[in-house]
Amino acid sequence: MRITHEVVDHVARLSRLDLTDEERRLFLDQLNTILSYFAKLDTLDTEGVAPTAQALAGENVFRADIVTPSLPVEEALSMAPESRDGHFVVPAVFEPDDPERTR
Amino acid sequence: MRWLDEPYHRLRPRLGREVTLSELVDAALARIESREPKVRAFLAVTGDQARTQARAWSARLAAGEPAPPLLGMTMALKDNLCTRGIPTTCGSRMLARFVPPYDATVTARLAEAGAILVGKTNLDEFAMGSSTENSAFGPSHNPWDQAYAPGGSSGGSAVAVAAREAMAALGSDTGGSVRLPAALCGAVGLKPTYGRVSRYGLVAFASSLDQVGPITRDVTDCALVLNVIAGRDELDSTSAEASVPDFTRALAGGVAGLRIGLPAEFFGPGLDAAVKSSVLAAVRSLEAAGARVQDVSLPAVEYALPTYCLIACAEVSSNLARYDGVAYGHRAAGAKDLYTLCARTREEGFGAEAKRRIMLGTFALSAGHYEGFYRKAQQVRTLLRGDFERAFAEVDVIAGPVAPTPGFRLGEKTADPLQMYLIDTYTIPANLAGLPAISVPCGFAAGLPIGLQLIARAFDEATLLRAAFAVEQAVPPLPEPPL
Repeated sequence: MRITHEVVDHVARLSRLDLTDEERRLFLDQLNTILSYFAKLDTLDTEGVAPTAQALAGENVFRADIVTPSLPVEEALSMAPESRDGHFVVPAVFEPDDPERTR
Repeated sequence: MRWLDEPYHRLRPRLGREVTLSELVDAALARIESREPKVRAFLAVTGDQARTQARAWSARLAAGEPAPPLLGMTMALKDNLCTRGIPTTCGSRMLARFVPPYDATVTARLAEAGAILVGKTNLDEFAMGSSTENSAFGPSHNPWDQAYAPGGSSGGSAVAVAAREAMAALGSDTGGSVRLPAALCGAVGLKPTYGRVSRYGLVAFASSLDQVGPITRDVTDCALVLNVIAGRDELDSTSAEASVPDFTRALAGGVAGLRIGLPAEFFGPGLDAAVKSSVLAAVRSLEAAGARVQDVSLPAVEYALPTYCLIACAEVSSNLARYDGVAYGHRAAGAKDLYTLCARTREEGFGAEAKRRIMLGTFALSAGHYEGFYRKAQQVRTLLRGDFERAFAEVDVIAGPVAPTPGFRLGEKTADPLQMYLIDTYTIPANLAGLPAISVPCGFAAGLPIGLQLIARAFDEATLLRAAFAVEQAVPPLPEPPL
């Protein structure tokens, strides 16, 4: 299979990557090369083979439902680009023009 | 300085008599200062903290505390292992100013065991790569020939050990990232069984494959470090309950009667002749020491690389979704809405390889392609596990090369991602099957070291280390790197 510029743009949007035109061209070529190499897998019959998500999968792991100390809020926020009143700050989601919300 | 030129276990009995902790740390820092301009193993050197640690341990010992197992072992940590209060960049612009508020479990365990952190080492961005050239902060250099790549992604850790800047280091191995640079730099590198070592505080790349492992001067030091970092951790639900033996006790047991399997799939076309003859000579030395060698077959190995790429990239696309400019890390300036903030932050923060893998993984998981790519890869993973199960019914250890060639020049493979991926052909199967695997130096070609890879059953690191120790005893030791 060969992917197109439209597919690259779609996948970049899903990936939240604001690619440059040069990257779009480069990735189109490189992804096609790599995907054609992956086609090797099509030659292998896997009918009825169960998938493996993790090589040494164990049982569910539970712990006792006991409250233990966790990272204090100030430390959790210490690396945030912007924070206020114990919260992370991001641009307004619904009303980008509202000055109160983007402050 | 001479204390820095032998393995830790030989220095240890002389520590406190011929050299104090502070003298040792000062010597290590001086060594780093003199060699870093040539090899560039470190992203940060933690000199002040190291000196403070040395004084603190001296005081504790003077107060009557027993000496811990890794007392005075100068240690370098790959810069994707969290260190409280010390930057942890993952070799990425995204985390260039990130200072973790907590320690990785391995960081904490090493500190408690008396190891002294001397710095954080260079890596391919988020551990994605095989040469350290994907680091946002420039490549590291192979100590045997500085025009050559050290391998990756734990290139800085392998260089720090091979250049005698640190006595030991930790790396992480998702598809060979500990074993490959250890082989190309002439060090011992272990990828433990999946679940053997806690991943808490290891910045996630591909969570079903990632494992932290030691890079050391020799097999005995490897066992000493594994003793400290192995074991169940409440903070990592995938860490295993399996009991942790004293791995140093297994070493001298010898290999008489040990069954060693040689898979034809590890010796086919594409394997450099010098690597092949060096690896087979090491296997013959084990045979001479009493091991029995037989052929085994791992037919799914032929499909391991595309399988790995699909699974690893799918997990990357999910794990790296967290870098959105909100909670920590880089944030693009001036974005007026959340989508733009996120997309610009990621465009600015990630390098080309991270973007490529995010794109591949997102594509493989997207509507219409999931069955044909991601699920297919998971099914091949099952076939590969079955191959190993059948082989390990007949043999105790599987032997092969680590890398297809003795090394490659910086810049030689950067233009062609697929050629770079192919370097990991022999290391990837152990990650997909979750098995422990080690790289041990076995020879030398055109001035560059060659590594032998040994793979064992899950949680049988004791046998793996015993076989590796026998190889180490049998092959001529490497000379000093020409630095």
